[in-house]
Amino acid sequence: MIEIKSINKRFGKLHVLKDVSVQIKKSNSVALLGPNASGKTTFIKCLLGMLIPDSGQIEINNQSIMGDYKYRNMIGYMPQIGRYPQNMTIEQVFDMILEIRKTSLSGADTELIDAFGLRSLFSKRMGTLSGGTTQKVSACLAFLFSPEIIILDEPTAGLDPLSSEILKEKIKQERIKGKIILITSHILSELDELVSEIMYLREGSLVFHSSIEELQNRTGEKSVSKVITSILKTPYE
Amino acid sequence: MNKIVKYVMIDILKSKVVLTYLLFLIIICFSIFNLDDNTTKGILSLLNIILFIVPLISLIYSTIYIFNSGEFIELLVAQPISRKKLITSIYAAVSLSLVTAFILGTGIPILIYSPDKTGFLFIITGALLTLIFTSLAFLGSVITRDKAKGIGMAIFIWLFFSILYDGILLLIMFQFNDYPIEKLLMVLSSFNPVDISRILILIHTDYSALMGYSGALFKEFLGSQKGSVVIFIILIAWVIIPAIAAIRKFIRKDF
Repeated sequence: MIEIKSINKRFGKLHVLKDVSVQIKKSNSVALLGPNASGKTTFIKCLLGMLIPDSGQIEINNQSIMGDYKYRNMIGYMPQIGRYPQNMTIEQVFDMILEIRKTSLSGADTELIDAFGLRSLFSKRMGTLSGGTTQKVSACLAFLFSPEIIILDEPTAGLDPLSSEILKEKIKQERIKGKIILITSHILSELDELVSEIMYLREGSLVFHSSIEELQNRTGEKSVSKVITSILKTPYE
Repeated sequence: MNKIVKYVMIDILKSKVVLTYLLFLIIICFSIFNLDDNTTKGILSLLNIILFIVPLISLIYSTIYIFNSGEFIELLVAQPISRKKLITSIYAAVSLSLVTAFILGTGIPILIYSPDKTGFLFIITGALLTLIFTSLAFLGSVITRDKAKGIGMAIFIWLFFSILYDGILLLIMFQFNDYPIEKLLMVLSSFNPVDISRILILIHTDYSALMGYSGALFKEFLGSQKGSVVIFIILIAWVIIPAIAAIRKFIRKDF
């Protein structure tokens, strides 16, 4: 369970996260939505400890994450723009992360690596990869350790249709296994089968956080994209 | 060996900059020792070059390295690894490779041409200078987010310790010519790692006699066992204090 208690984050004068409090229960899959610069990535980075909130508490399984790092063993993270050491090959990147997490490739979840056919590219250097292939590497890394919490920041941006289908399949599978999944995306149509809750940020404030059913009942729409557009058209109480 | 140190080392060796630095040092050392039969003179000429090059290379290389491994750092910050361990490992790898390059690059020629106490002292102070300026570079690049600013800061640190500081000292010397300022000068020089290294090596050669009254005073204090210990303590403080500041800053840094 992830519990976020009124976190605030400022970058200089810019107030990026304003008093955001959220609770994400086990086996929930949450879509984190909002316009550009609404604080989605900042929110995710706070969860990962990449950013340190100015105030507030973040607890994962009732343990505060402040000053801790071991909790990241539970998290698989796919960044929006995965940037990797240019000189390392794909294999070395995997090996390094595996070594840090103290597992080997045989004990890890390599389903995505095989599905993307990355093994044939293992000896390629990260610097020579295309944006899409880099995204695939990011995706594989996020799922490699069957983490309890999977955080995906715009996972399908830059992937070809086939690969993004593969990735979505994988997300669905993990969802069935009861993992907590947090996805940000601007492509609302692809979220339909992936998420059970929606959390909407605007200018750093949490506008709403409720389950899909509730939103569907409220708006009378079926698909996520229709639901969201209909909510955004009418002021939300 | 620590796995992060290992990966950073592999990365450094692949980029070949440090290897070029090593070759460069070897070539300089051999050519200087071959120019003159007098090895003490050789050491002194080498000293002047090294005191310019070592801080410059350590600063610029470390700064650029940290900025270029922004991706690597970003990747690992999201992994279950403590930030303290991450930054100390990177520091260890960068400084270790630079120090190794320095020790090999100057050590081999010195071992061949001037295998004495001065030569040995030369290698140790050079290695310490490498560590000092790597620490300062780390501090600078942890503080700034902008690469251009970071490199600018590195160049300024280098200019300050290599040229500006001496200029200020000279100015003080001329202005207070009539006063007994030797002790003050000694204290002021100790604040500059480049100066103190230069003095430390100079007073261990015969050329210290040419340094006049200040030289005699320096020799009396720094030439003694106690003086050398004090200098090394100062140099080590120059390594540790910026490094600790950099680590503390890094732990609180936003990515």
